[in-house]
Amino acid sequence: MSGLGILFDVIISVLIVIGASFALIGSWGMVRLPTLMERLHGPTKATTLGLGGMLVGSMLYFMLGEGQWALHELLISLFLFITAPISANMIAKVHLHELRTQGDDAVAGPAGRPAAPSDKANWATYEAPHADSVAATSES
Amino acid sequence: MRRLIPHPGLSVLLVIIWLLMANEPTVGGLLVGIVIGILLPIFTAPFWPGRPDVNYRAGVAYLLLVLWDIVVANFEIAWIILFRRNRDLRPAWLSIPMELDTPEAITVLAGTISLTPGTVSSDVSACGNYLLVHALDAPDPEAEIARIKARYEARLKRVFK
Repeated sequence: MSGLGILFDVIISVLIVIGASFALIGSWGMVRLPTLMERLHGPTKATTLGLGGMLVGSMLYFMLGEGQWALHELLISLFLFITAPISANMIAKVHLHELRTQGDDAVAGPAGRPAAPSDKANWATYEAPHADSVAATSES
Repeated sequence: MRRLIPHPGLSVLLVIIWLLMANEPTVGGLLVGIVIGILLPIFTAPFWPGRPDVNYRAGVAYLLLVLWDIVVANFEIAWIILFRRNRDLRPAWLSIPMELDTPEAITVLAGTISLTPGTVSSDVSACGNYLLVHALDAPDPEAEIARIKARYEARLKRVFK
């Protein structure tokens, strides 16, 4: 094994260990943060870099170590970046919905309940999108 | 030309993604990718009426900025998770007034906010002018709103014209 080979091994190992640590910290955040909205922050962020680090490590391992073409990992991170905000958004919307429907029984968390943005409109979870605005669906 | 390739950016993206999926750089794969890159935008055109023009140069610059911010965000959130006590956290709801006026631009802004430091976008207002964002630690909500508007919204206005 050449000196360069060892250097690559070290880089790949560091990437994978860093990635795994971030994934672990993200999961720990889900356990220890106080309420649902705070817990959402762990998995949407700390795990993106966690997975990113592991995927880059895997890519380097196959491209440099094994001499194979390996770019699937880029697609995985692309899909992760597209889906993570959407699932976080859906969970947040369900939480907003519960805050309203369950009234005082719902746990609002330290941030309290969100105030309506203006006199003219409320959030889209609470009020149908206005017809000729950007929030409107094509059918409304 | 405009009718054959209604959305050149989407076509190029489709070819690249096809090649990544095939995971092998071959001429055959490239040809199939080009066919898909031409056919798909033609068939999906009815789904994006009135789409804004995209400034690709500004778009790539924006993408790099966001990637960098994602890395920084991860370290900040990891720090908060490991070393901040729950009672020191200042979570807050921010309602961000937006000047962006296309669904595409607002979607990208919401996605960016969810992926970057300590903020998750939660909802859009019924009038489409405000974004509801939950911040994990925002002692000064007004400053946080100003930061998001200056850093991301101002750049997005240049990407989607």
